Amino acid sequence: MPNIQRLKNLSGQAHIVGVGESNKLGKVPEKSPLAHHSEAAINALDDAGMQLSDVDALFTAGWSTLDVGEYLGIQPRYTDSTSVGGSSFVIHVAHALAAIAAGYCEVALITHGQSGRSDRGPIPRNPGTPMAQFEAPYGIIGPPVSYAMAARRYMHQYGEDRTRQAMAEIAVSTRKWANLNPMAYFYDKPTTFDDYHNSKWVAWPFHLLDCCLVTDAGAAIVITTPERARDAKNGSVKILGAGEGHDHSGISQMPDLTSAFGRYTGPQALEMAGVTHSDIDLAMVYDSFTYTVLVSLENLGFCGPGEGPDFVASQRTAPGGDFPLNTNGGGLSYTHPGMYGIFTIVEAARQLRGQAGERQLDNCDLAVAHGTGGLLSSTGTVVLGAE
Amino acid sequence: MTNKTPKPQPLSQPESDRYWDGLKNEEIWLQRSKATGKFQFYPRQISISDPESGANGLEWVQASGIAELFTFSIVHAAPHPGFVDDLPYIAALVQLAEDVLVPTNIVGVEPEPEALQIGMALKPVFEHSEGGHTLLKFTPA
Repeated sequence: MPNIQRLKNLSGQAHIVGVGESNKLGKVPEKSPLAHHSEAAINALDDAGMQLSDVDALFTAGWSTLDVGEYLGIQPRYTDSTSVGGSSFVIHVAHALAAIAAGYCEVALITHGQSGRSDRGPIPRNPGTPMAQFEAPYGIIGPPVSYAMAARRYMHQYGEDRTRQAMAEIAVSTRKWANLNPMAYFYDKPTTFDDYHNSKWVAWPFHLLDCCLVTDAGAAIVITTPERARDAKNGSVKILGAGEGHDHSGISQMPDLTSAFGRYTGPQALEMAGVTHSDIDLAMVYDSFTYTVLVSLENLGFCGPGEGPDFVASQRTAPGGDFPLNTNGGGLSYTHPGMYGIFTIVEAARQLRGQAGERQLDNCDLAVAHGTGGLLSSTGTVVLGAE
Repeated sequence: MTNKTPKPQPLSQPESDRYWDGLKNEEIWLQRSKATGKFQFYPRQISISDPESGANGLEWVQASGIAELFTFSIVHAAPHPGFVDDLPYIAALVQLAEDVLVPTNIVGVEPEPEALQIGMALKPVFEHSEGGHTLLKFTPA
């Protein structure tokens, strides 16, 4: 089991000093996934006031660090291709903290790049995996069907109408944030409750507007020691707490469809950081679907099981509400190339450094970023603090 | 328009041959731990309720076929080109009387939320494919 006392000593022993996206998000058929990795890497390093030659540790998911390191022309001394879905990049932040504190490396680069919309090659599948063998022949393939079945079970347990209302609240509030983010896919697309309820079914109970985007995008993060962070060009963000883990792969093996692994990683990250829920100024919660947010807020402990619908009621999570959530517009309406988790960190860092433009929060000193990967399978949570 | 893309086929592994062979005979065979009496799905080399006993800790038992609906989704956008002609179809998790969840499809019922109740009684339907394997689907009992 995690040793909280030792983790507390690790708290703050590395800082995020650079974040960046690839140059264009959305529909970008003129760029490969690795091109997104490289653009984002350069942008994040520039944000940090660093260069590729400073990097001595490489982290990525979806691709092997072998491919990304080769493409970038670097020779890292610490390497981590942990790939457990979209939460991976949040988990990489925690791994980078541990590796830097242990002395393996000084400058960690986490990169992401995916052409979810325009990729020229299909993703190869191993047909012998349990998921491919027992779920895929029944058309239980990919996130919408699996998450929809989890959401339906939640409705059964906690009430269909109030769950539907909660999903609508999240769908609308998140897109209001996107209207404040020029990089967001929904930047110039206002979304009403009627739009939500009238959008087509993808996998009932999910409307189209319950579902994340499918885009081309990349992002990167630079992490270093507290000492080197003092020279960061645009300020730094402390990594205060972290947790990670998973409890299944395919949806039919999930121990409880209404509770994901954040029930462990959320409380652990907060305890390691030595903070409580009421201290948190910003929640960046991976929103592959509206339901993902609902269940994650409960898992993280912002409210109890089944209380999510009351927690998000009345546009509380929208701009001007008292619980700022997914201020970049989220995977629902900013960008979602397939494995979105890294973007929760990018936005949290910008808000904590006061660089979030029109959507900047007035007081943002502590943020929680929470990634969910696979089919509600894995989670990674980090708590980040302003310098 | 005819859909030419085949659906994904189950590629049986050595530890799951018994399960897929059983379905061909319209029988559901599950693994049960000798020590704990707990069933598990899908088949594994070890019992997840008694891993220390290894493969010797497991026995194969024919399931009753008694089942109820645990959850479902009505799929309107094909997640794979092989399912385009099936839309909308019902993806489901079904709870067998042996207390395991099985991923499946519900057939013989309108693909409408109102036609499906969580907990409704189901019975197995064995769908033999031209590919030689048999899928285990369910319909209202």
